[in-house]
Amino acid sequence: MISTALTDLWYGFGVALEPHNLMWCFVGVLVGNMVGVLPGMGPLATISILLPLTFGMKPVGAILMLAGVMYGAQYGGAICSILLNLPCHPPHAVTCLDGFPMTKQGRGGIALGVTVIASFVGASWGITEMIFLSPLLVKAALQFGPAEVCSLMLLGLLAGSTLARGSPVKGVAMTLIGLFLGSVGTDLETGSERFTFGLTELDDGIELIALALGLFGIAEFMTSVNQVAPINTKYTNVRFKDMRPSKADLKQAFFPMWRGTIVGSLCSLIPGTGPTIASFVAYATEKKISKHPEKFGTGQLEGVACPEAATHSSVQGDFIPTMSLGIPGDAVMALLLGALMIQGIVPGPQLISQHPDIFWGLVASFWIGNILLVLLNVPLIGIWVKMLAIPYKYLYPSAMFFVCIGVYAANNDFFQVGEVVAIGAFGYVLLRLGFHPAPILLGFVLGPRFEENFRRAMLIARGDFSVFVTRPISAVFVGMCVLLIAVQVWVRIRGEKVVPQIGSGHPGESPPISPQMAPQRVPATPAE
Amino acid sequence: MQPSTSLLRDLVRKKDFYAGGLMLLIGIGIALKGSTYRLGTPMHMGPGFFPTMLGVLLVLIGIAIAAPALMPSAAGAESDESILPDHPQWWAWFCILMSPVLFIVFGKYFGMIPGTFACVFIAALGDRGASWISTIVLSSVVTIFGVVLFSYFLQVPMPILTWGGGL
Repeated sequence: MISTALTDLWYGFGVALEPHNLMWCFVGVLVGNMVGVLPGMGPLATISILLPLTFGMKPVGAILMLAGVMYGAQYGGAICSILLNLPCHPPHAVTCLDGFPMTKQGRGGIALGVTVIASFVGASWGITEMIFLSPLLVKAALQFGPAEVCSLMLLGLLAGSTLARGSPVKGVAMTLIGLFLGSVGTDLETGSERFTFGLTELDDGIELIALALGLFGIAEFMTSVNQVAPINTKYTNVRFKDMRPSKADLKQAFFPMWRGTIVGSLCSLIPGTGPTIASFVAYATEKKISKHPEKFGTGQLEGVACPEAATHSSVQGDFIPTMSLGIPGDAVMALLLGALMIQGIVPGPQLISQHPDIFWGLVASFWIGNILLVLLNVPLIGIWVKMLAIPYKYLYPSAMFFVCIGVYAANNDFFQVGEVVAIGAFGYVLLRLGFHPAPILLGFVLGPRFEENFRRAMLIARGDFSVFVTRPISAVFVGMCVLLIAVQVWVRIRGEKVVPQIGSGHPGESPPISPQMAPQRVPATPAE
Repeated sequence: MQPSTSLLRDLVRKKDFYAGGLMLLIGIGIALKGSTYRLGTPMHMGPGFFPTMLGVLLVLIGIAIAAPALMPSAAGAESDESILPDHPQWWAWFCILMSPVLFIVFGKYFGMIPGTFACVFIAALGDRGASWISTIVLSSVVTIFGVVLFSYFLQVPMPILTWGGGL
């Protein structure tokens, strides 16, 4: 089995090293890193804005580029957290704790250098897992009937919505909204129109790009506009030669890095626990086993290396269910899966055998991309640092243009630009009401397939709902769902959170809402 | 927090109450509209079955979100927040939402250059520190860059300049 995996990997390198694929991977990493560095642009916004650029490409090039955008943006986010103390992406919130104090001590460059190494180690481990675990999962998943697929999706949706940020009940509500939005348009089986309200433009459903850009673009801009504090660039003077960690630094970071990697890969095995949780758990573990836990938060290299390795190893791990089962663990994965679907590729267990070029090319490109990331960041760090200083008042209007043209270019349809306005306003209302809209995307992408499998399962079972618990594999998944809910309820009753609260980790939600609001203010529904 | 007498006043400040209420309303809407499509039987589901199910679930979830907020001071502290942020940015919000609208109108009737310019221009006006000069400069720069990238490089089929809506 190992030898077949290695042969496949060899083939993957062949695909990824084809000149045009290599070029798109490079472009993706470069642009992703560039946009990801900009304060307030997390990977979700970055990928959604850059998604339209890939429409004209072949599927392999497109997915390689988007994956490059994703880890480029992630690394860009790390730069932002370490040098500016701004967590543009929730997993990096923890990196700020020790990264920014290091910057203040003039060791920001070293923190960045160690981050590069840590993310490379973490990612490599995750990729290795992906190579060996995915074929196994696929083998199992090919035995699944509609009932099993359905309960597995249910598990994925529940885990993705309840283990993410904020209140689990609100997360479930968002997933339901996403599932509903996914059902808008022509019904797959009967061909009748649903929730189109007579608008023929809605027959093909709501456009994924419009949804993503509305929720993670416009709604975010509305949150951040005129709220972003001027950026303090006092400490951002980092040059290439500052980035080289000394031998002592490397020695100090070596074991934390590996511990972070392990924690991250363990977290990625539990569905729904994405990179954010992995990074928090890794930091907490590191602090616990450290000989001098009191020093954490004052600029400890371990506090940077460990969570960064965990984040990257967990992100790579998240690709396993996404690519081998077609079930994304978080919104970023959902978006990548959506991109594949736009390219006409059906996600699911058959993906690896039907499109080996995509799967193995992607795997190989992760390594190539991560090496590119290292190579890019060494000479370009000075430019990234300068980009940190771009004021928000120039950033968001330009981004608005990219939102508009991106949605338009998806289908050359102005109607969908209108969709993005409505979704953006709705998304902002949701944000203000304390919802995190990421699960909407998860539900939206999985929705149609979930419904299809649900209906098929019921048809096979002759309308008997007990099929989900009488078939053993399905029963296991349903059992896990019940367990998940039971744990959440138990935690609720005990009045504490097992999952570390990510606080104000929401990108762009910079000023925390003060509890002492003027009592006479009558709340109205904002922005509509 | 005082008991029952101030219940109503507390209520208007409870985020979760509105959050749950909104989900409840959306859920009712989905369920009602969904049940107008053919429901079918569990074995042969019609197009309305799944959405109606989602709607009903959403109603239940909405109640689950709103209910704790209705209990006086029970789960109070967390949800005791106004829905609006500290400094509401009505003008900026308006500008941001108008930006795509202007893009549609100008893009459709006059082409990509006016569409882009209008879109960036109105969005940039939303910033508190915006001046006419900086806004015009920014819009021009983005327009030039955007048209070159999307029209020439990526071949988006949108006329650069047109009159009266060629599309």
